[in-house]
Amino acid sequence: MLRRASMLLACRPILAARARPFSTDLPAAPSADATFTEAWTKVIPNMDPPKTPLSFMQPRPPTPSSIPSKLTVNFVLPYASELATKEVDMVIVPATTGQMGVLPGHVATIAELKPGVLSVHEGSEMTKYFVSSGFVFIHANSFADIIAVEAVPLDRLDVNLVQKGLAEFTSKLSSATTDLEKAEAQIGIDVHSALNSALTG
Amino acid sequence: MAMAALRREGRRFAPMISPRPITALRSSPLAPSLEDECPIGVRYISTQVVRNRMKSVKNIQKITKAMKMVAASKLRAIQTKAENSRGLWQPFTALLGDLPSANVKKNVVVTISSDKGLCGGINSTSVKISKGFHKLNSGPEKETKYVILGEKAKAQLVRDSKKDIELIITELQKNPLNYTQVSVLADEILKNVEYDALRIVFNKFHSVVSFVPTVSTVLSPEIVEREAESGGKLGDLDSYEVEGGETKGEILQNLAEFQFSCVMFNAVLENACSEQGARMSAMDSSSRNAGDMLDRLTLTYNRTRQASITTELIEIISGASALEG
Repeated sequence: MLRRASMLLACRPILAARARPFSTDLPAAPSADATFTEAWTKVIPNMDPPKTPLSFMQPRPPTPSSIPSKLTVNFVLPYASELATKEVDMVIVPATTGQMGVLPGHVATIAELKPGVLSVHEGSEMTKYFVSSGFVFIHANSFADIIAVEAVPLDRLDVNLVQKGLAEFTSKLSSATTDLEKAEAQIGIDVHSALNSALTG
Repeated sequence: MAMAALRREGRRFAPMISPRPITALRSSPLAPSLEDECPIGVRYISTQVVRNRMKSVKNIQKITKAMKMVAASKLRAIQTKAENSRGLWQPFTALLGDLPSANVKKNVVVTISSDKGLCGGINSTSVKISKGFHKLNSGPEKETKYVILGEKAKAQLVRDSKKDIELIITELQKNPLNYTQVSVLADEILKNVEYDALRIVFNKFHSVVSFVPTVSTVLSPEIVEREAESGGKLGDLDSYEVEGGETKGEILQNLAEFQFSCVMFNAVLENACSEQGARMSAMDSSSRNAGDMLDRLTLTYNRTRQASITTELIEIISGASALEG
């Protein structure tokens, strides 16, 4: 009886793995697009419906049953895609709750980033970037999307300018009158102190 | 004998004496001006008119060729930027999916168009699609508002949908497009317009000759929650843990705003590329047309010139033969 139970337990993940490809072979995308195209053609029969972003995107692989060995990272900025589907071992992201390490098999998470250092670990090499802010999405299939507004490698930062900026914003905060000015000065201080600690720490 | 001589000469010059070439000129498009000056047979034909026309067409051809070159160089500059920004909206679609058919009460259609004209039909396509959305979302309790970027869409939409327009933004490309400018714009829109769903209508740049009208949908956090609860596409959004912030709602609000600014940035760049590409092809076809017109005018010019030479010769010969005979 116990053997039967253990056999069943062994079978179920396999079934799940087989079942998942079927359910994700037809990505849900066409159904949403299909309702849209139907509604469109009913109301405006003369024009082709406009395309939607889903038709331009590669579908993501489904959640595998076992934890993959590598994390696939997409690190995008408005001006460039720094890393596009790069397989790495680990990334450490500066989330608002502190430095968060992301390994393959991390639970699905949405986190907002604060100014800080992002490090990408691949084998023995580590690349560090200073990130201004953004979001990170970690999906259940060990895909991590990091979207940042600005990111620079640490060697492009100038220590003196950072110190000057910090002093400037501290003085601005003390002389600020309205809430808006105070908030702006506070943001400046946050960013510069993060820069400072990135360069020194 | 004189008659015989005339007849001999007449036969030799018969083709030239025949009145047909002159009536052929009469039926040419330049006939009215020539008719004013002259009856048949008199030395009148002025090639000046045709020459003026040819000069103006040649100038137009030069201008359109130059505009094509300018558009090509601008396209090269902006195309790399647009392609680099394409990775920006993909994570959002991967996370939140794409629900253009979401049923919402307050729709806002953001139409992106160009400020300058002479770029083919892309602005009309965007406006037609925006109007299509208006029609699609008409119903009880549902309303559609427009936010317009660019002069050309403004000109078309102000005519019949003036009361539905919330914001008009023009002169977007005075400074080179960058993310800071677009995020300020997105901030303005989000502050001033109440929305359940934002639909951004733009032309996606596929290649120099192909621009696909596209619509990107950004849903407000409340609608995202609603769709997540009802299952379906966004059903597994709840499985994502949300780090930081006091409430999940706050993070989702920030997420929606960030998504809007990223998608806008990409949309504005793609539309700018499409505008330059469309202008290139429009100017190319117009310089080709000008070239064709120039060829036709050259033929007419030569015919006119030859006819006037013929007329002169006829006069001289007939005068001479009259004297001899």
